[in-house]
Amino acid sequence: MEIPLHDRIHLRASLAARARTAMLAGAIAVAAALTQATAAAAADVDVEITKFAFAPKEITVTPGTRVAFVNRDETPHSVSATDKSFASKGLDTGERYEHVFDAEGDYAYLCTIHPFMTGVVHVRKR
Amino acid sequence: MDDSRRRADARALTRRQALGCLAAWSGAAVVWTVAGGVPRALGATSTGAPMAPADGTLTFVQISDTHIGFNKAANPDVAGSLRRAIAEIHALPVAPALAVHTGDVSHLSKPEEFGQARDILKEIRVDRVHTIPGEHDTIDEGTTGYLRYFDHDGKGRSWYSFDQGGVHFVGLNNVQNFKLGTLAALGPEQLAWLKSDLAGVSHSTPLVVLAHIPLWTIWEPWGWGTADSGEAMAMLRPFGSVTVLNGHIHQVLQKVEGTVALHTANSLAYPLPTPGQAGIGEPGPVTVPAGELGHRLGTRELHVVRGQQALALIDRPLEG
Repeated sequence: MEIPLHDRIHLRASLAARARTAMLAGAIAVAAALTQATAAAAADVDVEITKFAFAPKEITVTPGTRVAFVNRDETPHSVSATDKSFASKGLDTGERYEHVFDAEGDYAYLCTIHPFMTGVVHVRKR
Repeated sequence: MDDSRRRADARALTRRQALGCLAAWSGAAVVWTVAGGVPRALGATSTGAPMAPADGTLTFVQISDTHIGFNKAANPDVAGSLRRAIAEIHALPVAPALAVHTGDVSHLSKPEEFGQARDILKEIRVDRVHTIPGEHDTIDEGTTGYLRYFDHDGKGRSWYSFDQGGVHFVGLNNVQNFKLGTLAALGPEQLAWLKSDLAGVSHSTPLVVLAHIPLWTIWEPWGWGTADSGEAMAMLRPFGSVTVLNGHIHQVLQKVEGTVALHTANSLAYPLPTPGQAGIGEPGPVTVPAGELGHRLGTRELHVVRGQQALALIDRPLEG
């Protein structure tokens, strides 16, 4: 009986460890999701690219803000700063490009595929 | 038969062929014949072997805006549309000597798109298919990726010229030079090259100029024009016969200015709205009802006949 008992104990310990690992992983995932959601709610700004225009065309954010540009058109677009400080690749439908604006300033940008599409990001301390 | 009579007969034949072709054609290529410096579009039939062109004429086809890689509702099978166009080109009564593709070969400038496009374009039975880049061919790395597949003269440049059948052809790139909010332009380097290229060409030589974006301003809010087209036009005006072939706007429009005739072409991918079309607001793909797409895509046949200023053009929808 000793051997089976030992096996059972070992098994129980092993199961408990596995459960702990799973719970830990779950907790990490939840924490990560919360962090992301918090960041998105508090700091991120979305600029939609739709109908061959940036919407909103002009935004003002604080330093450190992460801005996401999301292409909603069936035509590819890009986001490219005139001062070359940032540039996306071509964005197909549904693709996004994110950039963190650290320094204060006015960042004019355009779509290099359709240069009549322009926008500007103003970065200002509160 | 004197020369003028012979020419008249040739024109009549062309017209008959054209009418026959218009009835029989269900494809999207346009064949141009340069007759006496005036491109005239020629007809096509779907039966019989192609004829040799008449003496002193050059026949070629224009296709445009194939957007290989596009797969959305407006046309889920752009490769199929291109192949249908090629079948129609092969059914033309007069085999074209060459083909020109006026840009937006690919949709997203991806190597696999350029590769697929090149493979399909090789199926066209002509001496050569000459392409120029559209703005969809220069995404991410300028013309570098495009030129890996379509460096026509091996000079690593997206503009070039060549002569065929007594016609001087010029291919241009007007999709890359721009400033914030402006129309794209040819740019000073290319204009200087164009000037030196044309300096060696007799003013009686018919010119055919290829540029993706129209070389005249059609609708500026959508970028349908070239910022420095005026400088290029000034170089073209001294020539007796100039035909400018554009793409980009996925529809056929024409402007004649003295000896310079400018023509935009249908796409082989999807329709776009008419310039500034009310209720649309942006130049994005238009999804048409099932069965209508073939009527909105097309090809162009051109004939250059020696001694005539204007080329004959026939624009044909893929269907109808």
